[in-house]
Amino acid sequence: MLALFARDLKLAFRSGGGFGLALAFFLIVVMFVPFGVGSDLNLLARIAPGILWIGALLACLLSLDRIFQLDFEDGTLDVLATSPLPLTGITIAKAAAHWVTTGLPLTIAAVPLGYLLNLPEPAYLWLCASLAIGTPALSFIGAFGAAITVGIKRGGLLLSLLVLPLYIPTLIFGAITVTKAVDGIDPMPTLVLLAGLTLFSVVLMPFASALALKANLT
Amino acid sequence: MSFWEYANPVKFMRLTGRLLPFLSVLTGICLVTGIIWGFFGTPDDYKQGSTVKIIFIHVPAATMAVSAWFMMLVTSLVWLIRRHHISALAAKAAAPIGMTLTLIALGTGAIWGKPMWGTYWAWDPRLTSFMILFVFYLGYIALWNAVEDSDTAADLTAILCMVGSVFAFLSRYAVNFWNQGLHQSASIAVNKEQHVDSAYIYPLFLCFAGFFLLFVTLVFIRTRTEIRLRRAAALQARNT
Repeated sequence: MLALFARDLKLAFRSGGGFGLALAFFLIVVMFVPFGVGSDLNLLARIAPGILWIGALLACLLSLDRIFQLDFEDGTLDVLATSPLPLTGITIAKAAAHWVTTGLPLTIAAVPLGYLLNLPEPAYLWLCASLAIGTPALSFIGAFGAAITVGIKRGGLLLSLLVLPLYIPTLIFGAITVTKAVDGIDPMPTLVLLAGLTLFSVVLMPFASALALKANLT
Repeated sequence: MSFWEYANPVKFMRLTGRLLPFLSVLTGICLVTGIIWGFFGTPDDYKQGSTVKIIFIHVPAATMAVSAWFMMLVTSLVWLIRRHHISALAAKAAAPIGMTLTLIALGTGAIWGKPMWGTYWAWDPRLTSFMILFVFYLGYIALWNAVEDSDTAADLTAILCMVGSVFAFLSRYAVNFWNQGLHQSASIAVNKEQHVDSAYIYPLFLCFAGFFLLFVTLVFIRTRTEIRLRRAAALQARNT
């Protein structure tokens, strides 16, 4: 399982695939907001929590189809499925690798981008905390969507349609946490709910993903 | 005599073929009398005027839209556990009906909302969660259409329905939270059930029965169509 995790990390770093692209996409989304709504700093400060969370979520979505697609096409996934490692373990390793290469960099990149959007001072800590806690849920739910659509040619659009509704609770709790921090209300309760959602996804989604992979491989 | 006997397509077709005429007639009677009684046989509300009568379509449609998803969840579980093809086909047949009922609920709600709330749409938790339900239906139907192999499609949509149910449920309560978290608590309460007068309740029950029967009838018809499509495909495969 660790070997698979390390392999996926290496592939992501060396092929120059999703790693930088997701960050660049996040930057562009954030950059587009002032173009769309104007550069009024007060307005930007008010919508910054939502924009940062939506931007991170979309950037995460962009790299989801890489989790299983390439391994499915060249047959690696069939080999992995016949290995002693259960499919659940494979999805855990792959979703974790996806988080390290996408969720973690997005969390760090959110700080300078938050500054660009004039995010108020006290919210930075909570922005990082909510993204660090919330993005694993995005990766594990996303891995499920990727497992469902792995056999479909040009399934990218369908993947978004399936995964985005599942992201709604995560987005709500994540964005509320940061908004509360901006408003000076204690954001701890929503952060704890977000953490609960993440634990729920991390523990249960790999089973669903493994079921979906099994249906796709036979 | 076991319930599972009707997992056999031939027996299912025979039973539903016999039931359908009665069901259709009963649906017609319930819906027509319920709606006519509701629209013309009840007094206007002192505050809402005649707009209150949209309740006879709105509330049953909304209830059945949620029930349809629940029925899909049950049939999906039956497919995953017992591998009865009819079960998977019934889930497939129910999805577009559920989606239409969701749309009807949203549409009639908007028509009622304009004169009453002064707006077609508000980001009220209940409205928002119905929009979310609609998106779940869209994804489910799109997945059925995208997968070519029918058994794989049944597997994948059943899994999606299970996971989707959990997240739709989570969204329903997360949305409540979001409304309290971002706005003042809603000034409009949609607690209609407590305020329904006895003058409205009997035609409303008739409409509930009518919509329920309509759903069952349509699911039977569509499932029969799916079974016939399978048979036609099997015949075609044999001839070539």
